[in-house]
Amino acid sequence: MTQPLLSLNALTKAYPGVVANDDVSLSIAAGEVHALLGENGAGKSTLVKMIYGLVRPDSGQMHMNGAPFTPSEPRAARAAGVGMVFQHFSLFDALSVAENIALGMENAPKLSELSARISAVSEAYGLPLSPDRIVGDLSAGERQRVEIIRCLLQEPKLLIMDEPTSVLTPQEVEILFKTLRKLSAEGTAILYISHKLEEIRTLCDSATILRLGKVVGHCMPRETTAREMAELMVGKLLQTPTRAAQPAGEVLLSLTGLRAKAPNTFGMALKDISLELRAGEILGIGGVAGNGQDELLAALSGERPAGRGMVVLKGEDIGPLGPTARRARGLLTAPEERMGHAAAPDMSLTENAMLTGALRQGLDKGGFLNWPAARQFAEDVIKQFDVRTPGPHAAARSLSGGNLQKFVIGREVMQRPEVFVVNQPTWGVDASAAAAIRQALLDLAQNGAALIVISQDLDELMEISDRFAALNEGRLSDPRPAQGITVEEIGLMMGGAHGMEVAHV
Amino acid sequence: MIALEKRPEPSRTFSLAAPLLAVLATMLFGGLLFALLGKDPLEAIRTIFWEPLFGEFAFFYRPQLLIKGAPLVLIAIGLSLGFKAGIWNIGAEGQYIMGALFGAGVGLAFYPMESVFIFPLMVLAGAFGGWIWAMIPAVLKVKFGTNEILVSLMLVYVAEQFLASMSLGLMKNPEGFGFPGSRNLQQYASAHNAELITGSGMHWGVVAAFIAVIFGYVLLARHRLGFAIRVTGDAPRAAAFSGVNPARLVLFCLGMSGLLAGLAGVFEVSGPAGQVTIDFNVGYGFTAIIVAFLGRLNPVGILLAGGLMALTYIGGDIAQSKLGLPAAAIQVFQGMLLFFLLAFDLFTNYRLRLGRTEVA
Repeated sequence: MTQPLLSLNALTKAYPGVVANDDVSLSIAAGEVHALLGENGAGKSTLVKMIYGLVRPDSGQMHMNGAPFTPSEPRAARAAGVGMVFQHFSLFDALSVAENIALGMENAPKLSELSARISAVSEAYGLPLSPDRIVGDLSAGERQRVEIIRCLLQEPKLLIMDEPTSVLTPQEVEILFKTLRKLSAEGTAILYISHKLEEIRTLCDSATILRLGKVVGHCMPRETTAREMAELMVGKLLQTPTRAAQPAGEVLLSLTGLRAKAPNTFGMALKDISLELRAGEILGIGGVAGNGQDELLAALSGERPAGRGMVVLKGEDIGPLGPTARRARGLLTAPEERMGHAAAPDMSLTENAMLTGALRQGLDKGGFLNWPAARQFAEDVIKQFDVRTPGPHAAARSLSGGNLQKFVIGREVMQRPEVFVVNQPTWGVDASAAAAIRQALLDLAQNGAALIVISQDLDELMEISDRFAALNEGRLSDPRPAQGITVEEIGLMMGGAHGMEVAHV
Repeated sequence: MIALEKRPEPSRTFSLAAPLLAVLATMLFGGLLFALLGKDPLEAIRTIFWEPLFGEFAFFYRPQLLIKGAPLVLIAIGLSLGFKAGIWNIGAEGQYIMGALFGAGVGLAFYPMESVFIFPLMVLAGAFGGWIWAMIPAVLKVKFGTNEILVSLMLVYVAEQFLASMSLGLMKNPEGFGFPGSRNLQQYASAHNAELITGSGMHWGVVAAFIAVIFGYVLLARHRLGFAIRVTGDAPRAAAFSGVNPARLVLFCLGMSGLLAGLAGVFEVSGPAGQVTIDFNVGYGFTAIIVAFLGRLNPVGILLAGGLMALTYIGGDIAQSKLGLPAAAIQVFQGMLLFFLLAFDLFTNYRLRLGRTEVA
């Protein structure tokens, strides 16, 4: 084998409380399409940020063509021939394609000259794009082409693509793959980040699989099944559920054909989601981030009210109702984003307790707010859920992520919800706090509430769910009993092999 | 390298000290400005801050403080509600004019009838005039997503045209020998917003301003609506999650600030100004924006800031006539006040850090 283009040797990067990359090594040859595979939080982003000079490794070495490679900033990485296309684009809507590209260049040539070069590159690589068009008018796929062409103009030796297909239509994916194959044929190495297994099987020559910051395997995607990769990605040690399915109670919440438009360009539309949720059960919903989790929560919390008959709580159609009316009826929620969504960062914990507790805790008497009672409620939450803070007067933003999460979950749990929907209950929370939160959710179900837990942590879902379903591109798979479900089935439900049909083949 | 670092919690000390530091810095740099203009800086500062309160003619200037301060406070309280929620009514000047026109219009329509009901009717009409003028940007924003800053601001110029048209046309005094301007409401007892205690400067507008301060304080501190305003300003998504309806909040905040500006207008036209004239408005609606921020969007703060602004107005006038300071220098001085306040306010939530910071 010839010398690799880029080799990483024992890279380690730790952030306070979490080791993002632990002893990660991999190498990429010129012209190779290398997949970086892993769940959210597995350390993929940190790894490519180190290659692109955005983050400096704590230890370990990188070599480019045999010479030490230590980019101190993206500019240095670009100069060394590394290009990166981010998942979210950094383009100005009001400017033309050529102007946008000129802005990112160090010595931008004249616009006419640049336009000619853009046209040449776009033709050579089969990326149809006119340099004069205004970016605001472009589709997501076309915007991505702007970013790709921006990289290609620097003639990179290594192109990093972060989840490039998440915003593309199938046709656009086809075009992108042709371009990437052509680049690879010309000797450009591509580091391709994704969790879509089928995609990786079609495109990539080799794959490195990360899990919890560690390399857990290398494989040849073309010779490996999606199942085997899912198994590697998820890990073999899925805990068996610790509680047997309870006798199912009455149906508390049912969704029928729930549909919602995508709230923005990066959002996901909800497509025809139906489910029934019974008292005392926990429905775990897995899936890769950005497949409709936030939108599902918004449709359930009432932030984006749904159509008539789509959301039925205890026999009552609550589809068009807003958050306050839903709370009054016993449907409580906790969104994923703690800071700024579940809690107001600059406000005190007392005020944040008032935020959702006003109605059910009787803190609002005819429009006038009872602050001493809200303070008492906040103190109760702090005590019950072991929130580490000087007291209820502390601003929400002064709490650590885990402590604020305990507060946010505790605030809802203590309002005795009948149906509780929570998105990413333990994201970024340390192990002991996560265990406490899961226990609180289990207790809630034990006492007859019905829960929907949306999470990207499969271990967590397996630990607490009675039934499991996966969100994929805004569609929800049929929920199945969590007990006895296999890793392969989960991987396929969420891994982009589009539903269970493939699994049955 | 100098970097700003977010404090884990807002600093209480700085939140209280910022206005004081701003006043001190304004005195310092304002004094420098006056010195460069060839005036004695100490004398100028003393004239602006001391003369109106304790000088030889303080008996004349003190009532003026109330007369100038009341409309500022009244308007600023309304503006602060919206500003706290990130709803920017920049057109209080126009709402103030419309309030005056509606109020004066009702009064003039009854002339020369005398009745105790006329003045209350005028007040209601004035409040309505300001409210309806503010509802234009509010409804356009809610229905079509227009920018309330631009719409409310442009409506100021429309209101000014109405004012000119009224003082030259419909409301022109038929016995005014052809001079522009309406009848003088000060000479029409039923419509006159007279001083409640002679020589005190205390008229109904001053009373309304004090009531507005109390109303604003209770609303923000104790009421659900005030809480909704504060949460929306801090974290709009958290507000939506808690159940705040953003459209209703826009209607309420713009409507309320328009209503209070309209009240200020009617009290002014029926009292200190007396008549509808082309140059009736003197910028209270715009200055109130400064007052609202100088008072840190806090009702009690606004009361103090309104007093301070009125002081610099009156003191500025004295400095102009006594020391020959140009009017523009006084305006720069007032602008400095807002500038320094915003600058020092930054340190409530941030602290300075020297040295290199690592990019995460």
